[in-house]
Order: sequence, then structure tokens, then C-alpha cells
Amino acid sequence: MNTNQIHKAMMVLALSTSFAAVAADSAVTDSDRIEQYREMISDGNPAEFDEMRGEELWKKAAGPNKVSLEQCDLGKGAGVVKGAYSELPKYFKDTKKVQDLESRLLTCMTTLQGFTEDEITAKPFASSKKPSDISSLATYVVGQSKGIKMAVSTKHPKVKESYEIGKRIFNYRAGPYDFACSTCHATSGVRIRMQDLPNMRSSKKDAQIAYTGWPAYRVSQGLTRSFQWRLNDCFRQQRFPEPKFASEATIALTTFLAVNANGAEYVGPGLKR
Amino acid sequence: MKAEVDLNRRKALKAGGSMGLLALFGGLGLLQSGAALAEWNKAAFSAKSMDDALNALGVIIPENSATAIQLTVPEIAENGSVVPVSVASNLADIEQISILVDKNPNVLAASFVIPQGTEGLITTRVKMGQTANVIALVKAGGKYYRVAKEVKVTAGGCGG
Amino acid sequence: MGNPMKIRATAKDGVTEVKILMQHEMETGLRKEADGTLVPAWFITEVKAQYQGRTVLDGQFGQSISKNPYLLFRFKGGAVGEKIAVSWVDNKGDSRTDEATIAA
Repeated sequence: MNTNQIHKAMMVLALSTSFAAVAADSAVTDSDRIEQYREMISDGNPAEFDEMRGEELWKKAAGPNKVSLEQCDLGKGAGVVKGAYSELPKYFKDTKKVQDLESRLLTCMTTLQGFTEDEITAKPFASSKKPSDISSLATYVVGQSKGIKMAVSTKHPKVKESYEIGKRIFNYRAGPYDFACSTCHATSGVRIRMQDLPNMRSSKKDAQIAYTGWPAYRVSQGLTRSFQWRLNDCFRQQRFPEPKFASEATIALTTFLAVNANGAEYVGPGLKR
Repeated sequence: MKAEVDLNRRKALKAGGSMGLLALFGGLGLLQSGAALAEWNKAAFSAKSMDDALNALGVIIPENSATAIQLTVPEIAENGSVVPVSVASNLADIEQISILVDKNPNVLAASFVIPQGTEGLITTRVKMGQTANVIALVKAGGKYYRVAKEVKVTAGGCGG
Repeated sequence: MGNPMKIRATAKDGVTEVKILMQHEMETGLRKEADGTLVPAWFITEVKAQYQGRTVLDGQFGQSISKNPYLLFRFKGGAVGEKIAVSWVDNKGDSRTDEATIAA
């Protein structure tokens, strides 16, 4: 048992009277029990259905131009999906922008297929009533990087700039609660209710685990959620105004988080509570 | 009123649905000679209490037998809408495995007929409205065995 | 007709392990919409697995099975390259049958 686990065990003892006796007996912490639960549900991830849906959409002719996305360049050349997500965000010459996966899919859907940006960004996230095409496409693409190590390059000055902006956003306190991402995600050993919170500022491991498990199927919502959705929900929980889909700010924050996850194997799409 | 209509519609469709499946199996050449689908056990799946559910399943005073059945459930479920349950047993001549949740509005979650040649092992996922006992019920050699384990259901934080 | 299932069947030491993931809402009939209207019950009632004309699993579900149901079981027999078929029926009479090839 390392010091971190001992610390967690002590927190459990201090905070949870109902389990205190059990924790003392067996040194099994609530965090361990949650981990056991996650392990048990890890097989058979319904995100696979969203991957299937996304793959069909990728290959199907659609939009006013009636073409598929098979010529879409996600950064590794037209039509290359394998491993593309592990290198995003990336600087794209054609748009002169740093783009994450979802903003790049938006580019392909508008330039290749002829959709308008508004059509796609009006409802970019899935709901229980209606799936989202761009979200399913993202699930398909990320699945094609499973088992590949995250390798986001910061060589390009624009990516470096994006990373720095992202870092600032991560630490930027604002809103009615004077909150920042770092309020919850820059300290080790803290949690909300039963969930341990990853320390994404100074724990490389935490940053890697947090990033490489998204997008994910949320069992509480019965939906596969994209990374843009995840960030949007973080802003909502901080009581910030919700950011525009695929905005420069969300891409910058994604760059910051993705670069910090470099070196870790991508394991998504994940499965979350 | 609406519920009644749904119920009648369900009854009407159920017959058709089962026939459809039979036809489907027949078409695939999968239908065993003489095999008929068991009727969905409405009484058991509608039972609101353990006693009613056990009665509807035709169970008579199950033996509490933790050694005969391995029931694997998480001690804590991060979300009650997905609780993994695994039932395994090495008893001889297993005929049936059922999974029940004592505090759910409908206590019987699933029931499986285990044909000869199929192992005494079932893993699935159930919904739990609150902290409750998950009960595994195994019928083997004409006798019933059961084991129960508590699962604590928590409300999550923002959840990674 | 329902949406496709994901079926993985693997044979090892004379035993075939089958993992099934079904696409289904599994509405309990107890959930309410934001406006208070009850969402009608809609769930898989019967699941059946067949291997070479032999029923290897015959299951019944109630409302308490999770959305997108998962099922794992094992049966004696089955060889790489052979097929297994899984079918379900729901309370509205909808059904689905999918086949999978047993892998190593």
C-alpha cells in the first residue's frame, strides 16, 4: 500500500462512518470498491454500438454533396482513421487552425459533404431522444486509436500556443462560484461524494487516466458522450456560460489535456458511471 | 387507462411476437424438434415481494446455501442503473438460475433455464433503485438453493 | 426489427463462452418524463441462444435488467468456425436474431 492509498484509507475512515469498521478490518477502501465495480462492468461496453453507428456514417454518402467522409483528412492523410485520434489536436494547413477531433469532423462535414456549420452545431450532443451524428463519428474515430500511445506534438508554434492558452483556461477562476478546472483537479486525494478526482496539474498518471478514458458511455445517462460534451459539462458544473461547440477555447483546453496525457495508451471509448 | 390499453396491446402482440420468433428459428433450421418456448412468466416478473416471486416460480422454501452458489456482486455500485451480477454453481443437474433484487418494484430480474450441457454460470447486469439484497436462486436436481448479498447503491459525483 | 447485437463466442478446452450485448432501452414502465407522463414499459422478455439446433440458453428478463443488456454464459461443445444464433423478443412483440462465428 503506497502513501496515497494510505491517505485515501484514512480519508475513508474519517469521512465514512458506515464503512469505517470494514475499512479498518480489511484495509479495503471505498475507492478500491468503486474500482472493483468499474472492473466488473468494463466488459461489454455499449459504446461499441455508437462506434458501429459512427462507422456507418463515415462510409455513407451524405449531405448536399452526397459524399462519404472517406476522403476526410484527420491529420494522417485523406481517409486515414487508424491512430488519428492519438495525435490530435493538431495544426491543419487548410483551415490554418489547431483542431481537435470534433472540430475537424465539423470541417469535413461542411467542406466535403456540404452541410452548414449551423446544422451540425445546433445540436452537437446526443440525447435520449436523438443520437448525434458528429458524436457517433467521433466515437468511431477514437475507437480506431485503441491501444495506440498518445503522441500529440507541440512542435508547431500554433499548437504550443494552444497548449499555453489551455493551461491558462484550466487555471482561470471565474463565474459565480469563482471556480476554475484547477479548483477540483489540481490537488491529489480529493473527491466529490464517492469519486476520486484526478489531479491533472501535477500527477502525470492522473492526467493520462482521465484523458484516455474519454469519450465514454455513461451508464447513468445511457449515452456515449464525446470529449466536447465532457468539457461542456465541466463548464456547466462550474456555473460558467457553456462554451460554443468546437470553439477555440475548448480546443485549447483539449490540447492542454491531450499533451499532458502523452505516452499513455489510449483505451477508449470508456465506460463511466 | 393508458396503462390498460398498453397491457392489452402487449398481450395481443406477445402471441404474435413469440410466433414470429418460432418462425424465425424454423427458418434458420434452429428449431429443436418438439421444443416450445416457455411462456414468459408474467406472474413471477410482476411480483412485488420475494414471497410472491418465489411462489410464482414454484419455489418451496429454498435452502440458504452460500457454499453451493458463488454470487459475485460489487459491494458498492457507483450507479444503480448498471449493477453487474454473476451467479456460478457447481451443483449437479442445474435446471434453472434466477436473479432477484428484494427492494426493486418488481423483484424478479431474470430467470434462465439451463439446458444440459450448459454450465451453471450466468453474468448479467441489473437495475437497482436503492441499496438492497441481490438474491441468486438455483434449482438443481429438483431442489432450490439460494444466496443473497447486499449491494450499496451510491449517488455519484461528476464522475470523470 | 430491433437493432443488431454484439455477440462474441470463443471456444477453449471444449467449452464455448458466449458474451452478448443487446441494444435495447429496457424501459421499466415506472420512469416519468420531465412533464410527468409515464414512459411505457418496453423491455426484452425472452432471450434464447441456439447452437446446431440445440438450445444452449433459454432466458426470461423482467423490467430490472439494465439498458443494453449484457449476458455471459458457457456451454460444453462448440468449435472454432461454427455458428451460434441468439434471439430476443420484447414485450411489444419486436424481435431480433443475430449470428456469430465461434472464434479461438
